[in-house]
Amino acid sequence: MDHVILISQVIMSLALILVFVRIVRGPSLPDRVVALELFSTTIVGLVAVYTIKTGVASFLDAAIVIALMGFLASIGFARFLERGGPRDD
Amino acid sequence: MIDFIKGTLIIVGALLMLLAAVGLLRLPDLLTRMHATTKAAALGVILMMLAVAMHFAEVSVAARAFAIIVFIILTAPVAAHVIGRAGYFVGSKLWSGTVKDELRPNYDPLTHELKSGMETQENAKRQPRDADPD
Repeated sequence: MDHVILISQVIMSLALILVFVRIVRGPSLPDRVVALELFSTTIVGLVAVYTIKTGVASFLDAAIVIALMGFLASIGFARFLERGGPRDD
Repeated sequence: MIDFIKGTLIIVGALLMLLAAVGLLRLPDLLTRMHATTKAAALGVILMMLAVAMHFAEVSVAARAFAIIVFIILTAPVAAHVIGRAGYFVGSKLWSGTVKDELRPNYDPLTHELKSGMETQENAKRQPRDADPD
């Protein structure tokens, strides 16, 4: 089971690196918002794996909060874009 | 046996997240990137939460895991819709190989006015119906 957890952590870290490349390169702000949402979703997965590894179920609360924050951040960014705030991308 | 199922769920979930990240990096424009990330990453989180629920096998933990699953299923489409709408209004470029954009001819981005293409004088007249009150 430990090997499975290690492998999945490596895979998800690789995914985080790829998402980060898109955040840096992303041609416009909506692309970066999409990448940030995928970032938070991947971190929820990492927290789930860490919960299994340590056996402490309280980490799931952190996963709930991270998912909530990612959702609210993308909603807020979308409102910001539609209202036409100042942009520099 | 349950260890095997758990390991399979975790690995498949992680691979789905990697697939979403590769799609985000490789696909050409905003809408196709969103189509890659939203579905694959949500399914990955769902599989991992199933693995967590199977690992602990307690009611309280399973309830929280299912709460996360329901939350992800509810919020992922809403967030994708809102970002896609904002991206279209902001004017992000579509891929050069896009076949059809049906909103473009019927929509005015300055006034947010939407037409259906059926606005003739004949259609604007009110048709009385039997159910109308006199």
